[in-house]
Amino acid sequence: MNTNKNSYTIIYASVMVVIVAFLLAFVSSALKPRQDQNEALDKKKQILASLHLRDFATNEDVESTYNAVVVADAIVDSVGNIVKEGKNKDQDGFTKASKDISPKQLPVYICQIDSTIKYVVPITGRGLWGGLWGYIAIDDDLQTIYGAYFSHESETAGLGALIADEPFQKLFNGKHIFADTDTVRQEPLLTVVKNGKVEPQNQQYQVDGITGATLTSNGVADMVKSGLKQYTGYFKSLHTIK
Amino acid sequence: MSLFSQERREVLTTPLAKDNPVAVQVLGICSALAVTAQLEPAIVMGLSVTVITAFANVIISLLRKTVPNRIRIIVQLVVVASLVTLVSQILKAFAYDVSVQLSVYVGLIITNCILMGRLEAFAMMRSPWESFLDGVGNGLGYAWILVAVGFVRELFGNGTLLGFRIIPESIYADNGGFYVNNGMMTMPAMALIIVGCLIWALRAAQKEA
Repeated sequence: MNTNKNSYTIIYASVMVVIVAFLLAFVSSALKPRQDQNEALDKKKQILASLHLRDFATNEDVESTYNAVVVADAIVDSVGNIVKEGKNKDQDGFTKASKDISPKQLPVYICQIDSTIKYVVPITGRGLWGGLWGYIAIDDDLQTIYGAYFSHESETAGLGALIADEPFQKLFNGKHIFADTDTVRQEPLLTVVKNGKVEPQNQQYQVDGITGATLTSNGVADMVKSGLKQYTGYFKSLHTIK
Repeated sequence: MSLFSQERREVLTTPLAKDNPVAVQVLGICSALAVTAQLEPAIVMGLSVTVITAFANVIISLLRKTVPNRIRIIVQLVVVASLVTLVSQILKAFAYDVSVQLSVYVGLIITNCILMGRLEAFAMMRSPWESFLDGVGNGLGYAWILVAVGFVRELFGNGTLLGFRIIPESIYADNGGFYVNNGMMTMPAMALIIVGCLIWALRAAQKEA
């Protein structure tokens, strides 16, 4: 057969494209439910990681811990109104993908650890190469960070990628979000500074950045600030209830 | 010809040193720089490339008599891209943690010159079994260079291997010792220098042989 004829080439290309398209579409739709399940599980793991609950042996452990710890996945708005109460734990705020989060739709996970309430809020931002995201767990004084979890799409391995590791995330524990003298609590002060540049008088608001990953560290700082700022209205409403 | 005749063994073993894709043919350098700041991604990337080169070689070898000459590169690219997409989908469904770790690197495999090079230079002319061996050989030839570079970079750049601390904390300057990590090691430029040293060493060794 002459494989150099135009008609043969065109038919060959068309058939190949159709076969590949069907194959990939089939595989993608066949695996979709499993992938979604994995993603949901991974999200629960990340939320729990911000509460210092890491290293699970099995997926069932993740589910049961999540159900035990999380009281509600509420949706609130930036003024402090509660849009949805989220009594089912993973049906309301949990289903919001980061692109659906807006000042009118802010997920917040209300969690209970050792009979104290913690608030976990999702944050997103941009690093050097791609997206960053994370979860910040806040004590019920709405000022002290209980724990933090960050991850990234494509930061440099060994440098910016270190934000996804526990040693960096631990640096956030116990830091304060707002200035201690600030009673309005509108502008978060918490930030990440260049490695080794933490000022002693401000050390409760400053986290040591990663050497050689200043741009990723800046991305984390911006993400934490802008992310927490969205929730200031909600935090205030919680204060008045108290 | 037996399954592992002399010639076929050579197909498998020459890419490891004598005709190494990275050190001798100088292919796949970009990814060798990008993923070797730590050992773990280097290992996973090496294995993924080995698997994908082997199977892409087999598929192209099976199709080799039907592929129209003028669009052969496009056909090769379609095969590689589909395989990479399949692998990444399957990883997402069955090994989610690994897929998160690999993130962008899986996509990078498509652009790896070694794949296209082997498809064009070997699989288009040879039988599927030989092509498979060639794919495995070249993948492993690429993998060991990556692992070697990753080993040096993580050890001297971070003092760790696979995340475990090798150089003790106590000798660091921060803790009163004398040692500092070599920050250059974490930069891609240093990877290029290490690859250069490997090329030098390999060529010098072969000249003597």
